[in-house]
Amino acid sequence: MTPPKSTRPIRRNGAAALKASDLERIAERVLRLSEADETEVEISAITDALTRFANNTIHQNVAEQTLSISVRAVADGRTARATTNKTDDDSLRRAADTALKLARNEPKYPGLLPMLGRQKYQKVARFFGATAAATPQDRAKAVSRVCRVAESRRQTAAGIFSSGSSQFLMANSKGLSARYEQTRAEFSITILEEHSSGWAKSNSPDIRRIEPDALAESASRKAADSRQPRESAPGRYTAILSPSAVLDLVGFLFYDFAGTAILDKRSCLSGRIGKKIFGENITIWDDAYHPLQTGAPYDGEGVPRQKILLVDRGVPKNLVYSRATAKKMKAKPTGHGFSLPNEYGEAPMNLVFAGGEATTDDMIRSTERGILVTRIWYIREVDPYEKVLTGMTRDGTFLIENGRVTGGIRNFRFNQSIIEMLANVETLGPAVRAAGEESFEMVVPAMKVHNFHFSEVTKF
Amino acid sequence: MMDDCAAWAIETAKRRGASYADARVMDIRQREIAVKNGEVAALGESETLGIGIRVIASGSWGFASTDRLTREGVQACAAEAVAIAKASALAKRGDVVLAPETAHVDTWQNPFLKDPFRIPVDRQIELLLAADREMRRIKGITLAEGSMTFRRIEQLFASSAGASIHQVKMQSGAGIVATSFAGAEIQKRSYPNSFGGQHMLSGYELVESLDLVGHAPRIAEECVALHSAAQCPEGSRTIILGSSQLGLQIHESIGHPIELDRVLGMEANFAGMSFLTLDKLRKLKYGSEHVSVVADARLDHGPGLGTFGYDDEGVLAQCTPIITKGLFTGYLSNRETASAIGENRSNGTMRTESWNRLPIIRMTNISILPGSWKYDDLIADTDDAILMETNRSWSIDDRRYHFQFSTEIGWEIKGGKRCRIIKNPSYSGITTEFWNSCDAVCSREDWTLWGTPNCGKGQPMQTMGTGHGAAPARFRNIKVGVAFAK
Repeated sequence: MTPPKSTRPIRRNGAAALKASDLERIAERVLRLSEADETEVEISAITDALTRFANNTIHQNVAEQTLSISVRAVADGRTARATTNKTDDDSLRRAADTALKLARNEPKYPGLLPMLGRQKYQKVARFFGATAAATPQDRAKAVSRVCRVAESRRQTAAGIFSSGSSQFLMANSKGLSARYEQTRAEFSITILEEHSSGWAKSNSPDIRRIEPDALAESASRKAADSRQPRESAPGRYTAILSPSAVLDLVGFLFYDFAGTAILDKRSCLSGRIGKKIFGENITIWDDAYHPLQTGAPYDGEGVPRQKILLVDRGVPKNLVYSRATAKKMKAKPTGHGFSLPNEYGEAPMNLVFAGGEATTDDMIRSTERGILVTRIWYIREVDPYEKVLTGMTRDGTFLIENGRVTGGIRNFRFNQSIIEMLANVETLGPAVRAAGEESFEMVVPAMKVHNFHFSEVTKF
Repeated sequence: MMDDCAAWAIETAKRRGASYADARVMDIRQREIAVKNGEVAALGESETLGIGIRVIASGSWGFASTDRLTREGVQACAAEAVAIAKASALAKRGDVVLAPETAHVDTWQNPFLKDPFRIPVDRQIELLLAADREMRRIKGITLAEGSMTFRRIEQLFASSAGASIHQVKMQSGAGIVATSFAGAEIQKRSYPNSFGGQHMLSGYELVESLDLVGHAPRIAEECVALHSAAQCPEGSRTIILGSSQLGLQIHESIGHPIELDRVLGMEANFAGMSFLTLDKLRKLKYGSEHVSVVADARLDHGPGLGTFGYDDEGVLAQCTPIITKGLFTGYLSNRETASAIGENRSNGTMRTESWNRLPIIRMTNISILPGSWKYDDLIADTDDAILMETNRSWSIDDRRYHFQFSTEIGWEIKGGKRCRIIKNPSYSGITTEFWNSCDAVCSREDWTLWGTPNCGKGQPMQTMGTGHGAAPARFRNIKVGVAFAK
């Protein structure tokens, strides 16, 4: 089934709006102008606005609108891409000709498959009028409110409040036509005191689900509770990780679930598929249709996304495949391919963890000595096969002693294998839609993990 | 066309009540090529043209951007920028004040010999495939990769104060990577650097000068040899950093903390703040007497990714002493933050990724000045150390104090000679302690202006290229091996 045509316009600076039908007409023109054996066109029309505050005042306030028309040409078993943001006939023809010319000047792609024909897509509803209609005044009022609260507590607020909408269209000369639209809203806040800070962040396609005041309250409390942080000795601790911290860590693992990563021998799952490497309590799906997920129901080639069980009770079970990778590995495409041509093949982007029932307070109460982590930062891979990551804690790190939080501590550096971490999970919270900084959003629980390796401590 | 768009923007902003307005019209063209294990993995070109309009109205900032470059589209965008500025004023504490700057009228272009977009793409692909073949000739290489990136940026900056600056920048970059998976270990070697190799404000002559094919067998052999090499020890050691690794060390532990927007709290929510509070200027002993660092955007410094004629708010490129024989002497500023700390002029570091992003304070070329040591003499002078080359991982806290780096390869230095290979080398420390432990920097002969193409900052995120001139340097009593400690 083809999704119903949208008639919603993308707001473009209050001037004439681009409608979905405009994108269709651009696609038709590109397909008509192209002289390639096969042609694919991907169009995105994006409107975004972001209000940024620091020192209890708005210091940056921006809006953008961008249009991208990306043309992939196939000529005699070769393929290349050219992209423009200009819609006149000359520019569209030049993009189509450039893609074709590039393709004609490269060697053949041995694994290149014919483009897909018409597909059926499951419907998802991720466009919210309230988000698309948000104004700079709406965002400024919320920001003004949280800044006043911070000021009244002798604290300093910094953060962002953003909103926007996107329309995407993919079409090709074999008759494929796919459309997707979504809105997004995000609020992130850091509250600072002289020697401490707290942080909270949330995002959703529906701006009505964003609660700036509650997020500010949470960040404010963390800043207050971590005043005068003490220095704790580095070492292995029980760590209680917020959903955001879990997200930022495990996000590094999931590119390893790509079939291409296995073929390239750069996946930490090489030799580990089917083996129990995580705890019994770790089950993970990729599910683009989960109610807390966002994103299109099709991949970069227009293949419908499938729900895939990646990890079943501690055992990595399945990989994800683009069409070409699936053929090489004698598997079926799963709808996770990136736009062609690309080096990486595919990856799961809609992760959903099975959660538990423990609250963070439950986890704290059951911990004799441990570290409560709000946010982690600047995470990088140290060892790609053992999947050791390094990074820092930030904006609210607390010591737990005898079942209670006894105060803030200076931030730790960690060097921790994520494989080991997911084998050491004692307790899970409910899976929620979390937002971090280093990975895409996912549905993930808070975790209590034993033997987490905090290797060094910093000065604040 | 660029002039018309800028004029429409500024005229509309002023008419709508802006006390100041500037406009950047940017036309960016890019080519990207990647090969992998003997095949072309990615091949594409892109172009993007649009305008970003920045205004002050009611004493506050507003910014809007559009790719609709009709008179109607630009005027609507300028009106939106003014409306946004007026909304910003709902939460303002004071009016924006800008340090003065002459309204320059000028044109500028970086010199280059060969336009990379005029080099046939099949020739570029064949060069990468030839290097790829050479890497895969070495038994044990499981993944060979190569890439080239070219970017041409044409831009016009105009302001309500009368500035009109036309600039064209041509960037080129290329590199190769060999990876080997064996046992339970993945090892990697890159040439001439990680992060896609070397990147400069240059034409295709940069790619030709790198000799990717000639270096391919060496890095592939080193990559395979890492599997049987000794593990980097844990403890306190003397280390010598190769110039590209020192470039990244400068980027993370000097370049970011000197950004005045971080210091003043403007980046607190995402990129973070800085340990370099204002009281430390001209007082803090940042490093040893061997450490002198400049922020230099002028062409005289070299064709780095941080080289330009004027920054993205129309301030002339400058050279600012950042560390002078160990003493902390300067921040990176813009017109707003220079004014906020009582300086009478911005030192010209406002840069934007593209027309749809607000310019923010970014590194230009942040470089350590060459010392006096010849590389061979430095090795000969070192009894017991680890030489570390080519970055593999990098991480630093949000105030830029505590860092940890690992490199792709290391060598043991014993009795003044480079000996066996060390695998998984890593080191960590506190920024000021580290720079104060420097006791030798190599001379101009071994100094390279490296390009870091992937520096992320800002909300919405912007990726920027920065330059870092560096030569091999020696540091005493550095903690090594923590990253791989069990």
